[in-house]
Amino acid sequence: MIGIISYGAYIPPTRLPFSVIAGRPASDGDPERSVAWHDEDAITLGVTAAVHCLEGFDRNQIDKLIFASTTLPFAEKQSAALAARALDLGRDIQTEDQTGSTRAGSSALSAAFDAVRAGSAKTVLVIASDARLAAPGSGLEVKLGDGAAALLISDGAAIASLDHFAAVTDEITDVWRPAGHDYVHSWEDRFVLQESVLPNLSRAIESLLVRCECSINEFDRVVLATPDARSHATLARSSKIEQDALEPHLFGRLGHAGAATAPLLLIAALEAAKPGERLLLADFGSGANAAALLITKEISPLKTRRGVAWNLARRRVVSRYDDYVKAKGLTATEWDAGSNPGLSATILFRERDDDLSFLGQQCQSCQAVQFPKQRVCETCYSKDRFDPLRLSDQIGKIVTYTFDYFFPTPNPPTIVTIIEVAGARIHLQVVDIEAKDVEIGQEVEFVFRRIHESGGRPNYYWKGIPRPEIEHG
Amino acid sequence: MARKDSIRDKVSIVGVGCCQFGENWNQSAADMIVDAAYEAYADAGIEKPQEEIDAVFTGSIYSNKGPHECADALKLFNKPVTFATNYCATGTDLIRLGVLSIAAGLYDRVLVVGYDKPKDRGVSGPSVVVDRVRDLPQTPAGWFSLAAATYFKKYGATRQDLAKIAIKNHANGCLAPKSFLKRTITEEDYFKARIISWPFGLYDSAAQTDGASAVVLSRSDLASRHPSDPIAIKGVTVRSGPNPQKDPNHDFLSWKPTAWARDDVYEMAGITNCPEEIGIAQVHDCFSLTELLTYEDLGFCEKGSAKEHIADGTFERSGSLPVNTDGGLKTFGHPTGATGVRMIYENVLQLRGQAGKRQIPNIDGKLALSHNIGGHPTACGIALLGRL
Repeated sequence: MIGIISYGAYIPPTRLPFSVIAGRPASDGDPERSVAWHDEDAITLGVTAAVHCLEGFDRNQIDKLIFASTTLPFAEKQSAALAARALDLGRDIQTEDQTGSTRAGSSALSAAFDAVRAGSAKTVLVIASDARLAAPGSGLEVKLGDGAAALLISDGAAIASLDHFAAVTDEITDVWRPAGHDYVHSWEDRFVLQESVLPNLSRAIESLLVRCECSINEFDRVVLATPDARSHATLARSSKIEQDALEPHLFGRLGHAGAATAPLLLIAALEAAKPGERLLLADFGSGANAAALLITKEISPLKTRRGVAWNLARRRVVSRYDDYVKAKGLTATEWDAGSNPGLSATILFRERDDDLSFLGQQCQSCQAVQFPKQRVCETCYSKDRFDPLRLSDQIGKIVTYTFDYFFPTPNPPTIVTIIEVAGARIHLQVVDIEAKDVEIGQEVEFVFRRIHESGGRPNYYWKGIPRPEIEHG
Repeated sequence: MARKDSIRDKVSIVGVGCCQFGENWNQSAADMIVDAAYEAYADAGIEKPQEEIDAVFTGSIYSNKGPHECADALKLFNKPVTFATNYCATGTDLIRLGVLSIAAGLYDRVLVVGYDKPKDRGVSGPSVVVDRVRDLPQTPAGWFSLAAATYFKKYGATRQDLAKIAIKNHANGCLAPKSFLKRTITEEDYFKARIISWPFGLYDSAAQTDGASAVVLSRSDLASRHPSDPIAIKGVTVRSGPNPQKDPNHDFLSWKPTAWARDDVYEMAGITNCPEEIGIAQVHDCFSLTELLTYEDLGFCEKGSAKEHIADGTFERSGSLPVNTDGGLKTFGHPTGATGVRMIYENVLQLRGQAGKRQIPNIDGKLALSHNIGGHPTACGIALLGRL
């Protein structure tokens, strides 16, 4: 059966409480939003969500990748190609970016189903990811959040099928970000709600119900990806959705994660869903999408994974608003990132296997693993006899460390370590951990992050993170 | 068959010079080269360098102007002028190249000039290496401090031990006329200072300065033509090493290039009884822990025992093996190419008994060691001087 065969999510653990935004000390239970920290962006969030999605699945079967986001770091240069490289997906696949609208995630999901049904692709990975910026002090600041979701669509052990889909398009200046602008802008709330959110979503849902030949009450779960909590409640009321069928929104915990919102809400619903349930998903942005899904019996055997619940339980609360302002570069900083030509494009080109795919090499003669790739074996000195070995999904161990206060970063110190992984030693930053918690011998996983910016271009590499204490589920 | 002792005593130092180290805003590299070289000429009694100098070995890290910068500053034309670099061990390697050229029988007298001018770059510390994606981020403090967590854990040393090294070197630097920092510090100063890269704070770290230092080398059998008291080269070597950041079996307790260079140069000089045969040492204290590890890597004390020797004052000027008697990189700063040559300058003055207020007594008949380590570290140079 053609359907979703796996899912994964990534929500940055950094949370900004609304109390801190308002200049008050944070206390337990305050509403908050997630924040992609200074070394995270739509690409890194998306890659990590995809890693979570692909756990236990063969990456070689993927022949199409769609990357959906409104905050692609490059206006020209494909993000899907970068993500594919980081995920070590191979070269002979289709890649494309879906952008320009917060409903790009659900549009990509629909496109993935169309491709598999049409036979133009066998297995499609959809990554939806966003890290949008709101101006400090603006109303959007507490509505937005950062996060990513990944869905794998194929003809196989599907946990959910997508049986009907409806879309409406609309031209309206409600929520927008002009080319070259950092901040998302919004017209007055009431205008947006009354003239865009409610009419577009209602129209898409009605259109879907006609295609399904059923009423909204026949859905066991209704997922509404609205731009804020208020429109969520208003739409549920006007569309006569029953409270026990209405899936909760994530405002006050995550926020609106742009193109990732609908896929993340879908994953949250899948985590609770039972075989045979019908699910309605509605998404908004320059119009609206609505989809009808059916949960299959395969939902039960799917191994629990790093979905929304797991991510929401992992939190690092920001206690000072100034840390957030600095991390996001919301004020001018000392370092001018765009004043040099950046790293050599030819070096970036020839080191993609090392830097992006995080491939080490294993010596065919002595089996020693090394990173980065080199011509002569560091251990037995044999020459040019190596097999590539992916290190990104392995577990490493801290050999030694230091805390570098000198390296330019918005939040010093930078935690710098030597990591041993599969016998190789790698000089690597470790993030998402406090300096006091770093220990020799500690195990780390690897995450794809921004390492720095030069020439106005982000450069990407892998970093270590402590192995999560929370396991799946 | 090659013999390790084949260069021992073949070459002598007949002249040394050193410019004032510091933030030399109003001096170019050429100005400093002239200061250092002409002091060395005067020491060696050289009045017509264009006729008396057969070859020149010069080097720096920050300059990319090659041999002409030195040749033009000193107007030494129609001569073999070599520009070489070997990270922070550049100075010692320049001495080695000069010694080899005389030992080969090609030249009678050569000039060695190490220099650097980092203070024209507009930054206070060394550059953050911005070269390729996976090299980031690192600064020298960041890479040398990687040995701290492991060493502290295994041997129980602490920042308290590092503080004593910094305090010693600051005190010694006050007695060296050419040093940059002439200020004693207290333990309180040490612990109040900001952290650069844990456990290194401001006082664990060498300053960045401009400087140049020069040495005139001569065939030993011709040294008596010069008015100065000649000091012989007993051995000089450099060693390369793997990058500790990817070396699969590095222990982060010692630096391999130092241990390898030590074995080589001790054999060159015929040292069988270390540390008793060594009367004084200038070692590479780019960071306090580098000096601590070097005590052990050079065999001055057992691995892991440095903190006891620090507490006992072994390496103070009054101790049994004074280290960094002029205040080291800590107070001279580290104009990369100049540092190794500056160490030779100090050891020559000490062996001759010309080191003024910081003169070490009772070093007659003993050897003077100088040590540079450079890269991550991936290179080491060591020179041993003594009487013929």
